[in-house]
Amino acid sequence: MDSNQGSLKGDLVVYVLILILACVQVFFLRGHLLAMLSVAGIQAFLAISFFMHLGSEKATLRLALIPVTLFVLVMMNMIWADSYRLMVLKPFAK
Amino acid sequence: MSEANLSMGHGAGVMEASPFAIPSKKLVMWLFIISDACTFGAMLYAYGYLKNAAADWPHPFESASIMNALLMTFILVTSSLTILIGVRAAKAGNKSKAMLWTFITIVLGLAFAALHLKEWMGLINEGVRLFQNPWGSPMFGASFFAITGLHLAHVVSGAVALLVVILGYKRGRYNSDDLEIWSLYWHFVDLVWMFVVPMIYLMNVKA
Repeated sequence: MDSNQGSLKGDLVVYVLILILACVQVFFLRGHLLAMLSVAGIQAFLAISFFMHLGSEKATLRLALIPVTLFVLVMMNMIWADSYRLMVLKPFAK
Repeated sequence: MSEANLSMGHGAGVMEASPFAIPSKKLVMWLFIISDACTFGAMLYAYGYLKNAAADWPHPFESASIMNALLMTFILVTSSLTILIGVRAAKAGNKSKAMLWTFITIVLGLAFAALHLKEWMGLINEGVRLFQNPWGSPMFGASFFAITGLHLAHVVSGAVALLVVILGYKRGRYNSDDLEIWSLYWHFVDLVWMFVVPMIYLMNVKA
């Protein structure tokens, strides 16, 4: 399992990038949900690819893990319609 | 079945080689991580649902709380770096360095937990309870404590797991692969926090 460890210098670059993105969220994007979640997505991509080394694992592992996780998370978005229905206390117009 | 697949070990001569080219215990950790990601995803979606449907959702966080959350982010991301250094040292066979950096990671995790509890105590002192608060929708407390509490439980259990693994590594019971596998869990806990901060803290800043 030691063939995909990368370099410490690379890890430091990723570490600094993630911290910079956290500061961007707090100081520049506060209150803008979609922008903040997009930045969080970039942070997650960096952490998964470089800290967790998924980027250097076999493609079959990436294909087995990433699409199914994204599918489940995307399908959870169907709750929003009901959330808006609760907010206005009436169903969407047909 | 090729000769390469007839390797020594459990099920030798019967089992095919892993299509993922990783040990089964690492694959199990990855499967656990994606199931946990879906759990946190569901909780954050449920939080968004409640916030969206409530007209009087509270915005209790002042800039001191936001700076505290930023400090917690700094500590958690730094702990991800320290465990990487620890794993790298373990792979190189440097036991003392691996132990040092893993212990630093555990201390950082406990510092994160302490800051988290301080934040909780501040809100509790202001009157926030599971199903009531002085400002608005009573579901704020339930969702806030549920999500941050689950994350806090992950941090504390991760610190305990790292302690068990590093002590076992010292005695020769566990090896560098075990430390690497638990470091995946630690990075995942860090990753979840990156979504908790914007949704829970940065969307509820006091005007």
